[in-house]
Amino acid sequence: MQDSLKMSTVDLDFYYGNFHALHGVTIDFYENQVTALIGPSGCGKSTLLRCLNRMNDLIPYTRVEGKVCLDGEEIYEPDVDVVALRRNVGMVFQKPNPFPKTIFENVAYGLRVNGIKDKAFLADRVETSLKQAALWDEVKDRLHDSALDLSGGQQQRLCIARALAVEPEVLLMDEPASALDPIATQKIEELIRDLKKRYTIIIVTHNMQQAARVSDITAFFYLGEIIEVDKTETLFTRPKLKQTSDYITGRFG
Amino acid sequence: MNRMKHKNGVRVRRKVIQGAMFGIFKICAAANGIALAIMLYFLVSRGWRAISWTFLTQPPIDSMTKGGILPCIVGTLCLSIGAIAVALPIGVASAIYLHEYAHPGRILRLIRLGINNLAGVPSVVFGLFGLAFFVVYLDMGVSILAGALTLGALTLPVIIGSTEEALRAVPDTYREASLGLGATKWQTIYRVVLPTALPGILTGTILGISRAAGETAPIMFTAAVFFTPSLPTSIFDEIMALPYYIYVLATAGTDIEATRPLQYGTALVLIALVLGLNLIAIIYRSRLRRGR
Repeated sequence: MQDSLKMSTVDLDFYYGNFHALHGVTIDFYENQVTALIGPSGCGKSTLLRCLNRMNDLIPYTRVEGKVCLDGEEIYEPDVDVVALRRNVGMVFQKPNPFPKTIFENVAYGLRVNGIKDKAFLADRVETSLKQAALWDEVKDRLHDSALDLSGGQQQRLCIARALAVEPEVLLMDEPASALDPIATQKIEELIRDLKKRYTIIIVTHNMQQAARVSDITAFFYLGEIIEVDKTETLFTRPKLKQTSDYITGRFG
Repeated sequence: MNRMKHKNGVRVRRKVIQGAMFGIFKICAAANGIALAIMLYFLVSRGWRAISWTFLTQPPIDSMTKGGILPCIVGTLCLSIGAIAVALPIGVASAIYLHEYAHPGRILRLIRLGINNLAGVPSVVFGLFGLAFFVVYLDMGVSILAGALTLGALTLPVIIGSTEEALRAVPDTYREASLGLGATKWQTIYRVVLPTALPGILTGTILGISRAAGETAPIMFTAAVFFTPSLPTSIFDEIMALPYYIYVLATAGTDIEATRPLQYGTALVLIALVLGLNLIAIIYRSRLRRGR
């Protein structure tokens, strides 16, 4: 399978103040693949994810060393437009966080901040995004109701639709189903399998079984370092390192 | 499981203490309502006789022993609206800067110190400041403009405080979600943060208006006068105002005892005005809250 490289990091070090959170992380993310980042709490997986769309810039006293590239171009160069980067690399957060607006306005938000006002265009794109997020049928008759009236699982799918509406190339998902019940989780996982046809997805998850179900490639993190990266099937059945197999079999974590 | 059973004495004592504490809390809470009720009773029983259509729509006559208080009502309304017009934009903008943009450091601490001290300045000092700066130095004369600016300065810390409170209550996840979609910080503020914080900001506006409407000292030297024959036509006009009128009638009027009903009547009108303004803001705020 000849895959093209979508994003990559080379020797990435990250500091929260004096705390050295990521140590020399080098990893490739391939187009139209789902890459899962697994590891125990505090091992740096969310930190890495937030480096990919520069959301860590919002936290004061942080420092980045090394390279992070999207389509071969470094994103931490000073002349990079962070706003444009974040439209290309979208993010879905752990706890669903729809805006206190209508369902329609939530999905249209990313388009409106880009200056798009044309009503027909907005309506069309909102419908497409909600369909992609497998939420359209459930909300098509109440697009102008408050988003906060939806259930947790629906809200998370709304957040996914919202992220998709700006047509990113990469979708970052930070434990997207950890706050949801099993049925909603299953729907999200089906969604991810479907979305990878069009997007490159990088997902952080605490749930190893979820990583096994959903991803093509899995990276195991520990204390800010990548211990092992491999095709998911291989990593879970024939891990190369003892530390990996210890984590997978639940000996620690 | 004998060690889990209540010892009789302990259980009774606990109940008594709980009951006593709740009782004390209830009395304290009720005291608020009781104080307001007593005050309203006093005002209404002594002032209701003065209220009439004439009272509300006619100017005073016969050296202010008869007639109405229309100029005072108009004056107080102008001043309150003027004060908010000054304090709201500046206050909200300051709060946005302090909460969303400022970096922690010495400058931020100095600004906060300034605001806190501004909040503690006595209202009569504001009045003197307004006289020296707006009325004399900037040559606005005794006018609605000078009064509104002085009252605006007085109201500013209230607006800043409650707006910051409202901004703090907006969850950071909204800001993150917005920035993650490729919005700029400013877009995030005016499209998500401010609309969400609006009810809280309105609360501050309510407090601000109430304060501005009732203050006497700041307007004594800057806007309000003993008597003026006509209603204001420009912001450079001097005006009469409800709180100052009460003071004038009660201390320096031509016949203090005879005009007592007028004084209480004026006080009633002032309270009604303040409550009315509050009510409008409360209704608007609850509409916004229901909309979510």
